[in-house]
Amino acid sequence: MKQVNFLQPNNNNLNTYLFSGTILVALSIFIVFLNSFFKKDLISFLPGTISFFIPLILGFIGLHLIRIDYSGYKFLDAINKNINTNNFNAFLSLLIVFVIIKSLPPLLSWFILDANIAGDSKDVCTGSGACWTYIKIWFNRFMYGMYPNPEQWRINLSFVALAFLGCVGFFATEKFKKYLTLYYVVVYPIIAFFFIFFFISGGPIFFDFSYGIIAAVISIILGFFIPSKFKMYYFIIVPITIYILLKYVFFYEELIELGKLEALEWVETGAWGGLSLTFIVSFFCLIFCFPIGLFLSLGRRSDLPIIKYISIGMIEFWRGVPLITVLFMSSVMFPMFLPEDMFIDKLVRVIIAISLFEAAYVAEVIRGGLQALPRGQYDAAKSLGMGYWKMHILVILPQALKLVIPGIANTFLALVKDTPLIFVVGLLEIVGMLNLAKTNPEWLGFAMEGYVFASVLFFIICYAMSKYSYNLEQKYKTER
Amino acid sequence: MNIKKILPQILTLLVVILVFGFFSYNAQINMENRGITFGYGFLTQESSFDVQFSLIEYDGSHSYFRAYLVGLLNTILVSVIGIIFATIIGVVVGIARLSNNYLINRTASVYVEFFRNIPLLLQIFFWYFAALRALPLPQDTEPMFGVFFLTIKGFFVPAFVWNNLDVFIYSIIAAIISIIFVRIYARKKQENEGIQTPVLSISISLLLILPILSFLFGGVGASVEIPVIKQLSQSGFTYEGGIKLPPELISLALALSLYTATFIAECVRAGVQGVSKGQKEAAASIGLTPNQVLKLVVMPQALRIIIPPTTNQYLNLTKNSSLAAAIAYPDLVLVFAGTALMQTGRAIEIVSITMLTYLSLSISISIFMNWYNKKIAIKEK
Repeated sequence: MKQVNFLQPNNNNLNTYLFSGTILVALSIFIVFLNSFFKKDLISFLPGTISFFIPLILGFIGLHLIRIDYSGYKFLDAINKNINTNNFNAFLSLLIVFVIIKSLPPLLSWFILDANIAGDSKDVCTGSGACWTYIKIWFNRFMYGMYPNPEQWRINLSFVALAFLGCVGFFATEKFKKYLTLYYVVVYPIIAFFFIFFFISGGPIFFDFSYGIIAAVISIILGFFIPSKFKMYYFIIVPITIYILLKYVFFYEELIELGKLEALEWVETGAWGGLSLTFIVSFFCLIFCFPIGLFLSLGRRSDLPIIKYISIGMIEFWRGVPLITVLFMSSVMFPMFLPEDMFIDKLVRVIIAISLFEAAYVAEVIRGGLQALPRGQYDAAKSLGMGYWKMHILVILPQALKLVIPGIANTFLALVKDTPLIFVVGLLEIVGMLNLAKTNPEWLGFAMEGYVFASVLFFIICYAMSKYSYNLEQKYKTER
Repeated sequence: MNIKKILPQILTLLVVILVFGFFSYNAQINMENRGITFGYGFLTQESSFDVQFSLIEYDGSHSYFRAYLVGLLNTILVSVIGIIFATIIGVVVGIARLSNNYLINRTASVYVEFFRNIPLLLQIFFWYFAALRALPLPQDTEPMFGVFFLTIKGFFVPAFVWNNLDVFIYSIIAAIISIIFVRIYARKKQENEGIQTPVLSISISLLLILPILSFLFGGVGASVEIPVIKQLSQSGFTYEGGIKLPPELISLALALSLYTATFIAECVRAGVQGVSKGQKEAAASIGLTPNQVLKLVVMPQALRIIIPPTTNQYLNLTKNSSLAAAIAYPDLVLVFAGTALMQTGRAIEIVSITMLTYLSLSISISIFMNWYNKKIAIKEK
């Protein structure tokens, strides 16, 4: 038998080192485990400070003893390579393991073991753990806000329908694949808009928008007779003109009865709230901010000086101010800018404000993609005789947007995380509802449960989004 | 110049002018109806409202401009605290994410994924309404190290009472100036003679010796004022003396730094990963020690990648500090765009001043960053 040197473990007395090292590590973990799960202190006979550090010291020595290169055991080599490369790493690994063991029992008991979920009043919450009854009772409020209970099926139905319509892309046959982009960019948002503003809110606003539909239909029909050279300007000017003519000249408030959805109770937007409002706001802002940002980024790189400087001004302005001041502006300053009889709904103002704000960020992200494309792409497209729009739609944007998928996903994530700020104008989405429920005199003292619940929800939503964007990035990745 | 280039520009300009004209026309009419005249004269009027926490002397008899300054200073205070802690946490976590230790690596990435996927406002609320509310009352508090008192009413820390503070500050300034001279001298010496001077140890000793000299000979003295508990009423206690950090400030700074640190960590990781392996190997092959490789080859290149996005994060942190309004920390938005606006009703003036303040801050920083980026960009031939 060779000399056993405990300072430098080696392959020669492998089993001796392994045996003693494993026992020491297991002992140290066992001590901490007993201490934290069963409140038993094996080493309480030692003075305080020493007994506090004993597990750490034992584990440290144990890890030192099993640190043997090329031992021949796969498991041991994996441990040594990953968590036990040197003394410092071993120390940190032990610390992390102990912290996890130490923090498990309190967390478990708060979340599950001592928590209450049965019953439907505050009295059942006697344990030291969480009171999930609170979440259960307030669940409807957290999801739907002040939306009247008997009407909540409208929100559910709209969301389910929209989710189905959103999944159409997965079932589309080859023949319809080429229309998918058009569907998602134009048709789907319009359907969603109709669902939310007519079905969820109900009431007489239907007619107001029916002018818009008539205007759109007329202008599309007329559009067939317009030479393609002027089509762009035509579609900017004519629909708005027809809308204004229809609303203020031809049928001034006359046929308002026509569009009422009598069967549905009118629910004003102030009553909307909870997680459904988070979804509504983020959904519309996502839809609006992308095209605005796209145009701003193109404008910033344009050769036309006026358009360029207006775009730069827009982008830098929105990027320079915090969102909360933008919302302040939309709630207290914006009404001063409108004629006295004109009133824009709070929710609409908020959606416009957030969309403009995030559009500036989207614009900067897309600009990054545009700048990353080599000049050759522009030159090649031009040499094929393509005009500005054709070049961008067919050559530049598909490549640039592919490059910036992660950046756009980050902006969208930021947008979802910014929606709670709409409390500034008095709209209560889920975080706002939590703050309201917290102050209810019957349910004082359950702030923690509420915030944990909302954190978990937001974490799931945002994490799913970021994973989805990662998949998208991998799917569209092309070698250059 | 053809029509295709001029027409879109004129149309856009027209739309912008029309929108602005429409807005300002309506604003004039609305203000006339309400009997307000546009102007910034109100800034000198007496504000007659109080602010809970202020760095400069302030009460209701001061002007609205003073209230603006109070808010601005509070915003700067919480941003600076947040930036310092976010940088420290971010750098540590970013390096931990690069570690080859599986446990450390995982822990760091769990931290990053967790904190950056939860809205900042929710985090602020969590710390303020849930976590810090669990702290003991002032009379039940166990002191930390005997002098720090962490209570539900705030964090009470001892304060330094200085004699001849100005001499002390002068000594530090003198130390910094002499360090700069030492560095210049050392660089010249290295360029001319190839001899390296131990700059770091000289700088540290200068920074220690000069202030100590000022204590010994400059008549500088400092005593520590420890907070002492004081009874206000039957059940109301507080601490007197020392510095009080209100819970609003603590929770705001905590949430801001934990949230922003995740983004800074990602910047740091990307920066260090961005330095190609060949650089390190090349540096090692010409005989540089590992420390020199890090200092002279890796760090300068990594910093070039790290600094621009990190500055952006600092800017985001400063803008996010406006969420203070949600928990009543008296920052610029709460004091000025909240209370002052409510009192005067001058929405346009006040919101525009608030926005301009943030705007000028971020534009000046972005101009500085553009200059800096140009300066450090690798000059390719």
